[in-house]
Amino acid sequence: MNSNNQSIRRHIITALVDNEPGVLARVVGLISGRGYNIETLNVGPTQDPTISRMTMQVPGDDRVLEQITKQLNKQVDVIKVTDLTREPFLNRECILVKVEATRKSRSEIIELADVFGGKVVSIQNASMVIQLVGEQQHVADFMELVKPFRILDVSRSGVIAIGKE
Amino acid sequence: MRTGAKCTIDALKDAGVKTLFGLPGGTVLDLFDELARAPFEFFLVRHEQGATHMADGYARATGKPGCCIVTSGPGATNAVTGLATANMDGIPMVCISGQVPSHMIGNDAFQEADTVGITRAVTKHNYLVKNVDDLPRIIAEAFEIATTGRPGPVLVDIPKDIQRQTTSATFSGKPERRGYKPVYEGNPRQITKLAAAINAAQRPVILAGAGVIAGGASAELTALAHKGNIPVTTTLLGLGGFPDTDPLALRMPGMHGSVAANRAISTCDLLISVGARFDDRVTGKVSEFAPNAIIAHIDIDPSAIAKSVRVDIPVVGHAKLILKELIPQVESAKRKEWLTQIQGWQKSAPFSYDTKEPRILAQYAIEQIYEVTKGDAIITTDVGQHQMWAAHFFKYTKPRSFISSGGLGTMGFGLPAAIGAKAGCRNRNVIAISGDGSIQMNFQELVVAVEHDLPIVVVIMNNGYLGMVRQWQEMFYKKEYSAVRLDQDLRARNEKIREKHPGYLPDFVKMAEAHGAAGLRVTEKRDVAPALRKALAMKRPVVVECITKPDDNVYPMVPPGASLSEMVQGLA
Repeated sequence: MNSNNQSIRRHIITALVDNEPGVLARVVGLISGRGYNIETLNVGPTQDPTISRMTMQVPGDDRVLEQITKQLNKQVDVIKVTDLTREPFLNRECILVKVEATRKSRSEIIELADVFGGKVVSIQNASMVIQLVGEQQHVADFMELVKPFRILDVSRSGVIAIGKE
Repeated sequence: MRTGAKCTIDALKDAGVKTLFGLPGGTVLDLFDELARAPFEFFLVRHEQGATHMADGYARATGKPGCCIVTSGPGATNAVTGLATANMDGIPMVCISGQVPSHMIGNDAFQEADTVGITRAVTKHNYLVKNVDDLPRIIAEAFEIATTGRPGPVLVDIPKDIQRQTTSATFSGKPERRGYKPVYEGNPRQITKLAAAINAAQRPVILAGAGVIAGGASAELTALAHKGNIPVTTTLLGLGGFPDTDPLALRMPGMHGSVAANRAISTCDLLISVGARFDDRVTGKVSEFAPNAIIAHIDIDPSAIAKSVRVDIPVVGHAKLILKELIPQVESAKRKEWLTQIQGWQKSAPFSYDTKEPRILAQYAIEQIYEVTKGDAIITTDVGQHQMWAAHFFKYTKPRSFISSGGLGTMGFGLPAAIGAKAGCRNRNVIAISGDGSIQMNFQELVVAVEHDLPIVVVIMNNGYLGMVRQWQEMFYKKEYSAVRLDQDLRARNEKIREKHPGYLPDFVKMAEAHGAAGLRVTEKRDVAPALRKALAMKRPVVVECITKPDDNVYPMVPPGASLSEMVQGLA
């Protein structure tokens, strides 16, 4: 069916999967094999060590995402798939940003980090590393404001999410 | 204590395997050592693709899972096409592959391939066995997964060291996987909704697919059709699920479907798909498919629902169970006006061909196969024009009598599939209908039929072309024939080889004989039926080569991307 007239938006999909080798490759292969990009991906064990949770951010229209969800559910080692975008949910992302910091700019950056609830975790001669945890938008806003100081490197956890109910 | 190899063979026995297809190699020597003492009938193939298609043909003919065993590296990669074929068509199969010893995996060892990586996308599930204690459970699970839900192929990759290690592990009972819970019972409310839609419909049509065969639901389907006077169109893989001889049979829909089936779909007010997945070769242009209809879809695979067409009434579950619940809720109806309209289409445009053509037409030859066997045969096909004609001109009345690679469209499937089918159904006539292009892709397997004394008949429709490609080049590429002529004399200038070998290569009759089978060449129309009778009476593998008119086309045809209402009809 023609999907051009449907809006593309970000979906956050979480999958509970058997904590076994090969599952990650299967899930990622299934999505990338259909030509869709996974923007962020996070994998970790749940309270049950035999089960892992995968959280993926995938852009696409609703039809595409419904098909991806069904295909994931079909996999033998995938236990449950939820498209969180369809229900109330919380999302968080953790980032570590290395920013160029001279003696002059240092305090200004620390102030900015403070406002956003971030934490300075390392200070070097010419740079500093800030840790920030928050909703995606919050993290994106901080990145925008810190940009003028010159970002040297960034490492992001990828979005993690959980349904409210 | 048992070795991993013994565990594997025992688990196959426990799963009810009686017939195995395969080819040994370095990493499966331990398994073959055990096999030497195992009570299986083993078919030594000549190429691993043959093993997978034989297991596939065996499964399609018997309904039981097919099983094959191949070595690591090239053995496994050769099996990929057969796995993909079975995966597309939902055929239960378990493939055991050898793997290099665990400590060498990832080292580019001799005959190493990342088999689970390569086959992930073409199997329903696959395993790399890392611990010998898991083996009994994994094999049991493999059969459970292969045969339940929407069936499919499962591959179990067993490193050589795991086959040699010993274990006291056993497994019994039903394997359970928390992520694998196929749905069988249909939702009662959805079934009631569907019944109401049927009772309210003026012009309903049933689209019956492979799910009817896999689910053993053809009796229920026929009962539903008769009770509600609902015409039935059967997809390529659904052929035999509803008798082609029934007055309500519309025959096949889609690209090479009948006029009656395609008109009925385009006109109906309710389309009930039973185990058909709306393949693009069935739907044509999706946005104009069944434009006036409420679409109901019964399917065991939730991901098949609304994958390509909009669905108004989805019912997830097993076709047989759902139809059993549905039938009592469906009212008997005459639907006189609708059936009169249908009969008009059936009469005005049945599948037809030029009966006055003096040369052999494949359509004619296939009709002769139907006459000579009185319709009682298992037909396997390859892929191309002959495949469509085999669907048109043989009438299928029983499930599991038409065996063909529908989804993947695998040329080279027909001959090994016929061997597998015959291995599973010794008392049935098994006839492989093939083309001169397809048959060359797995001809070597004919030896297996000879060795095991399996009297299959292979009928090659030799038109000297890759016929279906030629037809597309004629119709859609301005008759610019490129790389489709198989007859040496008539190849295009840029494809010409030195004219040392005029005529057709290879000589199929000599090839049959070289493989230990009989070969018959038929060049005259009147000799077709006698040759077929002779072949069936010989009780040994026979190749019958029919020299057919080179440039005939399959009609009707819906051009690719067009809607089902835009059929191109033949001249006949």
